[in-house]
Amino acid sequence: MSHGHSSALAHHFDSLEQQREASTLGMWLFLVQEVMFFGGLFMTYMLYRWRDPEAFAAGSHDLNITLGLLNTVVLIASSLTMAMAVHSAQTSRRRPLIGYLTATGVLGLAFLVVKYFEYSAKWEHHLVPGPLFHFSEPAIGGRAEVFFSLYFAMTGMHALHMVIGIALLAWILRGAVRGRFDASYYNPVENFGLYWHFVDIVWIFLFPMLYLIGRHYHGGA
Amino acid sequence: MSRTGTAETNYLNAQHGLKSWLLTLDHKRIGLLYLMGVSFFFLLGGIFALLIRLELLTPQGDLVQPDTYNRLFSMHGIMMVFFFLIPAIPGVLGNFLIPIMIGTRDVAFPRLNLASWYIFMAGGSITLLGVLAGGVDTGWTFYPPYSSLYSATNVLTVGIGVFVNGFSSILTGLNFMVTIHRMRAPGMTWFRLPLFVWGHYATSFINVLGTPVIAITLLLLVLERAFHLGIFDATKGGDPVLFQHLFWFYSHPAVYIMILPSMAVISELIAAFTRKRVFGYHFVAFSSIGIAVLGFLVWGHHMFVSGQSVYAGTAFSLLTMLVAIPSAIKVFNWSFTLYQGSVSFDTPMLYALGFIGLFMIGGLTGVFLGTLGFDIHVHDTYFVVAHFHYVMVGGTIMGYLGGLHYWWPKITGRTYPEFWGRMSAMLVFVGFNLTFFPQFLLGYMGMPRRYHAYPEEWQVLNVLSTAGASVLGLGFLLPLGYLLWSLKYGKLAGKNPWGAKGLEWTTDSPPPTENFRDAPVVSEEAYDYAGAGHGDGGAPAPARAH
Repeated sequence: MSHGHSSALAHHFDSLEQQREASTLGMWLFLVQEVMFFGGLFMTYMLYRWRDPEAFAAGSHDLNITLGLLNTVVLIASSLTMAMAVHSAQTSRRRPLIGYLTATGVLGLAFLVVKYFEYSAKWEHHLVPGPLFHFSEPAIGGRAEVFFSLYFAMTGMHALHMVIGIALLAWILRGAVRGRFDASYYNPVENFGLYWHFVDIVWIFLFPMLYLIGRHYHGGA
Repeated sequence: MSRTGTAETNYLNAQHGLKSWLLTLDHKRIGLLYLMGVSFFFLLGGIFALLIRLELLTPQGDLVQPDTYNRLFSMHGIMMVFFFLIPAIPGVLGNFLIPIMIGTRDVAFPRLNLASWYIFMAGGSITLLGVLAGGVDTGWTFYPPYSSLYSATNVLTVGIGVFVNGFSSILTGLNFMVTIHRMRAPGMTWFRLPLFVWGHYATSFINVLGTPVIAITLLLLVLERAFHLGIFDATKGGDPVLFQHLFWFYSHPAVYIMILPSMAVISELIAAFTRKRVFGYHFVAFSSIGIAVLGFLVWGHHMFVSGQSVYAGTAFSLLTMLVAIPSAIKVFNWSFTLYQGSVSFDTPMLYALGFIGLFMIGGLTGVFLGTLGFDIHVHDTYFVVAHFHYVMVGGTIMGYLGGLHYWWPKITGRTYPEFWGRMSAMLVFVGFNLTFFPQFLLGYMGMPRRYHAYPEEWQVLNVLSTAGASVLGLGFLLPLGYLLWSLKYGKLAGKNPWGAKGLEWTTDSPPPTENFRDAPVVSEEAYDYAGAGHGDGGAPAPARAH
């Protein structure tokens, strides 16, 4: 590989093509293990929702659907800017690449800020599992605690993935500013995009499962 | 690089100094880093085992307190399962051999490979901290609510250690899968791959799919214990049995994570020491995949008495028996390979034959235990302890030691003393059976596991077991001694001391950093002993090492 990005080719690969295929396959396998990781949580959710649908419906009433919806829009927008970033890298347009990556990062941070306000509201209303937990509806009471445990475990795991994603994004952005990526070498941007979309998709499942399902079955609160 | 001579630089003398090891990206050096790591944890787990067997020498609980005993068997299990049996063969032999066997320069992601070792050591160190602070007494299974609510030991630290270590398995599995898919030399088709590579591919598949589930399970347990989430707490609407489901969804396949790499080694040994292509190559290759897939469908057989419905139990019982089919395919095919082979009984082959013996006993008693009715009789007795030691420990250690001896000349460039090697193989085989066969009898008579005292009528069998453990310990210490000795005093091995087939025997011993002086092109099947080479491996077939 004498042309273009010979510096991007690691010594143990024969060609950039082989290197690209290897890292893309690696990323997909990583996402497979992510699916299994979140799968354990989703399994737990399904089991407990099936056991006590009433408590789950009551619990979801205490989630802030406006903020949840706002965050859904923010994340979908960030997936769009991420896809545009990958496209910019593929077409060797450096300035749009930097712009779209920055926009993705800002949207990711916005998601976390909204999440922070949601979490602190839960804390104030004693909806964080533990000794201080108190659910206002006497008919449900402590039964809602498992719902909120799962809410924090699932959205917490998701938020952790967002934090890691933003850190990775900063690293990709640094490469973009230094002009590392163009049509002949854009694999890191593309693979990071896969990760970002995956984290987005997790939220697309979390939002209806935690905020929406069964909400209209439950009159109170 | 020129291709003349053999006394050139190799991966061991290419660079010097501690830093060149701790920052190495060479898969061979990383394999040796794993060798040191797993050996340390094996020794530690062995010390716990020794204390357990010493306590059980007498019916009375006279050596340690009951609480201490609980910690001993828990730490023995955790150290051995998570930090020796699971990482040993893939970490050491898999890392060293897979790139060489498929004819490439390194794994697909060398930096990730080094990171996996550091994650392994980090997980091990955190667990070790928990051990030094007093250990845990939950058993290696960490069942709640005991682990989440009642145990006063270091569940958090050890749980986090095991959690961290899991990512080492996941990333190594991912790395191997991509390497096998994308890095094969020209001509190295899937059905020319050595069965060692097929076995590791199947193992990696389980690691990528199964290990994340134990990760999230342990994380939930840690959160449950730290913040009282209630997910596994029945008083808050949670379900402790869910933990068992999630735990065994990984931990049963984990048994295959331990034994598939060992089976992978055995296929290589059987071919090399019978001078024949493994009988039914395709069946042996696919049986690894079969075991990996079926392994995910049987976890419920650990929960026959956990309140699982009897219909689920019946289904799991039937599914469990299906695993016997690919396992038997392997054993039958290895046996057929022996038929009319030119069999020689060098140390690795003794280990391989020992493996078949132990695995047959372990595997068949697994079918007993998979039978719903019988399991209820022997559940949580020494019958179970004996069974899983035969499969996991007998299976993995025989393959690990056999493989370590077989490839030792390739790894170090020197041969080990054959006489002492055979002695160790005999001691391990005899010691192992003497340790664990009496436990089948004890279990059948009803001796429960995890107690530090027992009725007097069981003493004879327990004394036999402890005596066997001493022999076994000697069998493990012996290789530690002579393998270290051989580093300096062993005879120079040459490229192919066994006259075996396979790309790893076509390169220098020890191999150069880039594995091959000239990139290999593959034009023959695996184990082509009957082909152009007339059954003696590559050109000029050297004399056997001894």
